[in-house]
Amino acid sequence: MDFLNPVINGFSVVLEPTNLLYCLVGVVIGMLIGVLPGLGPAATIAILLPLTYGVEPVTAIIMLAGIFYGAQYGGTITSVLLRLPGEASSVVTVFDGYQMARQGRAGTALGLAAIGSFVGGTAAIIGLTFLAPIVAGFALDFGPPEYSALALLGILLVATISSGARAKALVAAAIGLLLATVGRDMFTGESRFTFGSMQLADGIDFVPIAMGIFGLGEILYNLEERHRAAKAPSKVSNVWPSRGDLKQASGAVGRGSVLGFFLGILPGGGATIASMASYAMEKKRARQPERFGKGAPEGVAGPETANNAAATSSFIPLLTLGIPANATMALMFGALLIQGVQPGPQLVEQNPDLFWGVVNSMYIGNILLLIMSLPLVGIFVRILRVRAAILAPITALITLLGAYTINNSMFDVTLVVVFGIVGYLMKKFGFEPGPLVLAFVLGELLENSLRRSLLMFGGDATGFLTRPISATLLVVFVLVAFLPAIRTFIAKRKGGAGAVTTTNNIEEKV
Amino acid sequence: MSAGRDGSSAVPSGGDANDLPEALTPEQLAAQWEAEKPPAAGALANAGSSLVVLAVGIGALVLSVSMGLGTPAAPQSGLWPFMISCVMVGLGLFQLILGRRNRDAEKFTRMSLAPVTGLVTLAAMVALMPLIGFEIPALILCVIWMRILGGETWRSTALVSVLVVAAFYGIFVLALGTSIPHLF
Repeated sequence: MDFLNPVINGFSVVLEPTNLLYCLVGVVIGMLIGVLPGLGPAATIAILLPLTYGVEPVTAIIMLAGIFYGAQYGGTITSVLLRLPGEASSVVTVFDGYQMARQGRAGTALGLAAIGSFVGGTAAIIGLTFLAPIVAGFALDFGPPEYSALALLGILLVATISSGARAKALVAAAIGLLLATVGRDMFTGESRFTFGSMQLADGIDFVPIAMGIFGLGEILYNLEERHRAAKAPSKVSNVWPSRGDLKQASGAVGRGSVLGFFLGILPGGGATIASMASYAMEKKRARQPERFGKGAPEGVAGPETANNAAATSSFIPLLTLGIPANATMALMFGALLIQGVQPGPQLVEQNPDLFWGVVNSMYIGNILLLIMSLPLVGIFVRILRVRAAILAPITALITLLGAYTINNSMFDVTLVVVFGIVGYLMKKFGFEPGPLVLAFVLGELLENSLRRSLLMFGGDATGFLTRPISATLLVVFVLVAFLPAIRTFIAKRKGGAGAVTTTNNIEEKV
Repeated sequence: MSAGRDGSSAVPSGGDANDLPEALTPEQLAAQWEAEKPPAAGALANAGSSLVVLAVGIGALVLSVSMGLGTPAAPQSGLWPFMISCVMVGLGLFQLILGRRNRDAEKFTRMSLAPVTGLVTLAAMVALMPLIGFEIPALILCVIWMRILGGETWRSTALVSVLVVAAFYGIFVLALGTSIPHLF
């Protein structure tokens, strides 16, 4: 049982009072921002990055992770009660959740979602516990060529999945890669793109970029009155689902856990895709698919389970390969780097306390969230009435003052505001900020491994194809890059574009 | 991802509209969201953003060539930025030619004055903070954002603004003891 020793030691890390406290803080913040319209988990994590400077790495990641999966729980509440998805991953919950609320079964919908989320989250943690060390062991043999291919594929997939035009997402990724080159070249020591500025000589810090583009950019974007004032019900009764409801939803919960777990691992996958896929699957499997969209409990339980399972399992590529699977994980990656921890296959071996501490904290977090979503749900329903107009200046001030505390310098604050403008304009012109931040954090790794591989191969780029893993990854890369073009071509020849429109509408909302 | 597609095939259109007022099928919801989206920007905005991308790409291209490319076997500093800028120029051209009719850019409307106002207050705060501390700029920022941008009443604006600034003072100055410039 040697394998289980570090796992059990991880629990002693979690149970330290500080870590428990930060876990609680994280899930409460996650739940709150899930409920409140406006900021998503990525923006919140970006804004709160300065908070992680003063604490241990494991404590920091425990809190940030709590925000991420907590938001999956909280996002359900607005979907069900107001027909406004609090988070992108709860969009499909609106379809049946809101219908259930109209039929006076809001409590049941919320209860099912909470229980589903808990089951999905817990199943995914168990899956993570067993799968992550295997993946990490496998990845220990990865050399620079494999990492180059993996990073390239990761960036491409994230750009592909994001809403809006793919070319624009790729442009954003390219800008992120360029920003990552600012500063001293690791190999030759030459300064790049510094324009003689001393403050740029060491490169641009990750935190101001993330805080500006994700945080402030989103705050500014939300100022354009995107959130209609919705009237929230003052209380929700009877959140404990009946035995019949539970029985009806249990299949959906089980399938959602498995589906979400696997979709979460894939780069570019994650909570949003998992919830959509689960909804589609439940509907396809149902004996009376016409019930869907009219308040089918499975339509709430399945997607909510899947999004939480995916949110949890998307930690696997980050913690085992050092490749973030989505924009939020890119922020975690950045947070770990700030703390001097390099995520990668060595993490499980060299830093078992951190690895298992974070993983095991999710059990505690999920239990806390279950408590908050069932007996305490009334409190969060009341928070729905806090107006966006009051929150916006508070978040903006947190961002500015937080940015100052990074290095006690106004230069960082200015950078945050500048990147805030960039982030706002990007969103306005349809460029997703996610790929930029992801590419920025992977930029250095990608360049280093690419240059090392070229040195290994003596400058011969075909060397990538001589190694099985890098070759496979590159083939997948090419497939992903050109598949949509081929598909559009075929669709055009068939002349059937109508079916795709609805899907696009939903994706754009995301 | 295919949730919407399935939704459109299986749900009868408008069948239950009478039984449940305000009940919308997934595709009606999608249509409603679509209608509520801010108006899309025209071809000019798309062309403009593509040109910016092109300009950045070409600028980076020129700079990276001047850094020296080296050979694949012995790359110099400029090679990697050069590769990225090539991709960027390619994507910029692609966007310029094929992306003209994309509807993913948003038009700037009267609403866009709100972020501009917000930005001005943020810039003012950055400029004033080193001079007079954060309290007064933060208070002004709160008042502008809540009263003018958010349409709160004067009463709640004043109350919340004062509370917020006091809370920030308590957290950042008293509790954490950070060196944020402060007046009091």
